[in-house]
Order: sequence, then C-alpha cells, then structure tokens
Amino acid sequence: MPTKKIINDGNSTVDEMLEGILAAHPRHLKSVVGSPRSIIACDRPRQGKVGLVIGGGSGHEPTFLGFVGKGLADAAAIGNVFASPPPDPILECAKAVSGGAGVLFMYGNYAGDVMNFDMAAEMAAMDDIEVRTVLTTDDVASAPRDQRQKRRGVAGNFFIFKAAGAACDRMLSFDECERIARKANDHTFTMGVALSPCSLPQTRRPNFEIGPDEMEIGMGIHGEPGIARGKLKTADEITDEMLDKILDEMAPARGDKVAVLVNSLGSTPLMELYIMNRRVKRRLDDIGVAVHATWVGNYCTSLEMAGASVTLMHLDDELQTMLDHPCDCAMFRAG
Amino acid sequence: MTSIDAADLKRMFDAIAMAIEADKDRLCQLDGVIGDADHGIAMALGFGAVRDALAPLDLAAIEPTALLNTAAKSFLNAVGASSGPLYATAFMRGAVAVKGKANLAGADVIALFQAMAQGIQDRGKAEIGEKTMVDAWLPAAQAAAATHAAGKTLSESLAAAVEAAERGAEATKDMVAAKGRSSRLGERSLGHMDPGAASAVTVISAIRKSLA
Repeated sequence: MPTKKIINDGNSTVDEMLEGILAAHPRHLKSVVGSPRSIIACDRPRQGKVGLVIGGGSGHEPTFLGFVGKGLADAAAIGNVFASPPPDPILECAKAVSGGAGVLFMYGNYAGDVMNFDMAAEMAAMDDIEVRTVLTTDDVASAPRDQRQKRRGVAGNFFIFKAAGAACDRMLSFDECERIARKANDHTFTMGVALSPCSLPQTRRPNFEIGPDEMEIGMGIHGEPGIARGKLKTADEITDEMLDKILDEMAPARGDKVAVLVNSLGSTPLMELYIMNRRVKRRLDDIGVAVHATWVGNYCTSLEMAGASVTLMHLDDELQTMLDHPCDCAMFRAG
Repeated sequence: MTSIDAADLKRMFDAIAMAIEADKDRLCQLDGVIGDADHGIAMALGFGAVRDALAPLDLAAIEPTALLNTAAKSFLNAVGASSGPLYATAFMRGAVAVKGKANLAGADVIALFQAMAQGIQDRGKAEIGEKTMVDAWLPAAQAAAATHAAGKTLSESLAAAVEAAERGAEATKDMVAAKGRSSRLGERSLGHMDPGAASAVTVISAIRKSLA
C-alpha cells in the first residue's frame, strides 16, 4: 500500500509547495524572475552587506526557505525532495543578493550539496561575485569527534544560520561573517532519534524499515541509518542518551550558557517535544548550565518521519548577541 | 568500420532513459537500504530530461559535442543531487573528448567513454574501493580501452566494459562506504550494493546495446 499523503502529483510537490508558500508570505518572500527555485527575501539586496545564501533539498520545511528574511538568510536555493538544488538556482540566488561585499554559502555537509554549490561558486566567480562556503556539521552521531568535518548538517542549521545571518545583517566584514559562521558551527551539537520512517512523494514507500517497538538513535534527516537501533525507551532515557553524547563533546563548565532546540522530525507532536525539553532543562540545571533561550517545534523536519532531535549551542557573549539579534522571516521571528 | 554520429548518440540517450526508467524502483530500494531512497528517482528524472532536451534537436545539423553538452545541462538542471554534477561532468568531459568530430570512429567512442569515467571520478573525488559509482565506471573504462587496444571491435570492447562494470558493482557489496551519504554508516554499509554503481551498470549496458 502506498503511504497516505495530501498531494496532487508526486512529481510536482516542490513547485506546488513553493506556489503556496509565496502566496502565504508575500511580504517576506519572492522568487527570482525566471528562476522559480531561487527564493529571496523581499528587501534585498543591501549595498555593502555580505549576502547569505542557504539551501538544500526540500522536505525539511521550514528549513531552508522559512529562514529567509531580514536579519537571517537573504536567499534559499530549493532542490527536489531530499536532493541538492542544481547550480543554476544557487547562482541566481547569489546574483540576486550580492551587495558587493561577498556572498556566504551555508548548507548541510552532504556530497551532492557540496558538488552543486561548489559549481555555483565557480560560476559566481566568473560574474565577479566572491563566494565563501561554510558547511554545517552539527550531527554528532554521523562521524567520530576527530572527523567533525565529515559530519552532516541537521537541525543545528537553525542556530548556525541564525548567528551568521545576524552577523551579515549587522554589516560586519566578509571575514567576520565567515568567522562567526564557522564558530557558530563549531559550537553547535545535535543528536536525533527516529521512531518511524518517512516516504518520498514520488515513491510513497517507507524509506526504511523499523520494528513497531524500535527506535534508531542518530538517524539522519533523510532516513540515513543512524548509529544504533534498539527498543523504544522512555522520553527521559532517550533524552539522556542524546544529551550524554552532546554534553560529552561540548564539555560545558558550570555557569556556562546554552541555547536549546528540541525539534520534531515531522510527525512527533509538541507534547512529546516538551516532555523531552523538561528533561533537557533538568539535566542542564543539575550541571549548573544556564539556558539562555529555548525553541521547541518543527524547525528541521524530514517529511512525516516520527522522531526528534536535541540541539545545544554553547554560547559566549558574541554568539548570544547573534542569536538575540532581531529577525523577521516567513516562518520565524525573533527580537 | 564504426561510425557514430549525433543521431546515434541521441538513440543511445533514449535507450539509457528507457533502461533507467525500467530500473527505477530497484535503484530506489537499493538506496533505501544505505541511503535516502531517491537514487532511482534522480536518475530517471535526469535521463528523462536529457531525452526531452535532445528530442527537438536537428540531428543533421548538430555535432556530438553540442549534443553531449545539451545532455549535460539538462541532466544537471533537472536533478541537482549527487548524480546531477557527476553525470553532467561526465557528458561535458565526453563532449571535449570528441570536439570537432561529426562522426566518431571506434577509438573516438572509447575516448568518449574514458573521458566520462574520468569526469565522474574528478568531480566526486572518489577512488576505487570507496563504494561509489566509480567502482563500476573506472574498471569499465579501463576494460573498454584495453580490449579495443588489443584489436577488438567497439562492440566487443563495450561488452567487456559491461562485464567489468558488473564485477565492480558486485564488489561494492564487500566494501565499507568511504564517500557519499552512506559513508556515515561505516560497517553497516557492508553487504549492500552501492546504488550508484548499480545504476552505472544499467547505463553502461544501455550504451553497449545501443552502440554495438
């Protein structure tokens, strides 16, 4: 039996979604003329400001295009479901938001995205737009600690893009924006758990198999297998398992501050996310780590997958300032 | 004497599109085991776009290089993903390899084939043994070149390429992924054929059938 979805045609889901998003957010978002998969903020470009282009496959909404707006990203290049966009829409984003001060490309570390964004960066260079790239690698489950550069980017994107977007909006130099983006990535750690699969609109078939009483720790946001599979545990046990790994790497000192993101992979409800957040707060209280800000909800999803992720960003004054910087996006506002 | 022109290459792309479409579900299933289950979709989308882009071309007026560049651009813009840049680079390198020639002799087709494999390797920066499509493409190109250099026909050379690609794809079952999305799996990727290598066999088989 094909999975149930509210769609018209599996091959047109991305374009029909974009049409609906642009209809819903006309004050925030528009597409580049002649390049419908290049979504830009309405108030771009600003001369002298570093442009921030994010992007990747569809199916993770509100990531990526929901974070396009004043104070955050200037543009998002939109790929097919779970597939990197090709170079052309990325290049069109870069051209549309370039304010003469350079353009930052930021996206999750996946082989396909790297190839397409790199090709777009080479094409942008031919148009005299200097592009620098900062990959997000926040998923601690996806490679050992000494191979951080191999890790994939997941829900922590939200914090990393937010910090980089703030730096750009504050008209900092290209060097400074890049430095803050890299630092934000280095300070961000995510762990996920999946309970049931998602299905692509074109196949409508579960993209992995998992027993009715099982969970998979560390599963990726495209259903890439994680690091361990086991019996479903309680919310506190699952949260502990994720936090143990995150805190071991982050190694916060008593008195340090963090930002917390408890994210649904799609179908896990707020009720369960808040139960997890309860445990996160208790654990952090126990070790004397202060929570500066918490976000709970759908920030980086994987279609209808059931499961959740916990992200901590280890804050210093600079990163805290960037997170607190106001932004006004189609699907996210702060300050 | 072999002579392959733009019309033959268009027929080759049509044959690849048909073979990949027929193989789509198997490729998605292979990818579902160690990846994100969309490889068959991306490949079918890409070669479908190539077929549509080549359809209106005036084959009497176009040279193989221009046809291959059209194929590259249409594949890339339809797909993105990993297979987009990899196959687009393959076709672009192939286009360079046969530049200025309206009719390709057997040796030209072998050079085209080798340039495609090299393009895939250069773009993805994968080596043999890392459980990627390179494990099928590179041995296939080597086998085709070696067989042709030994005085065999194009048909025999491409048959050798198909066999080498099949062996290469089969061998990916015993490899631990070192590149691409499945590399995060480590040992758990063992025992499964790489979907990119599997689709490479389908593509190379279709090339052989249409050009032989």
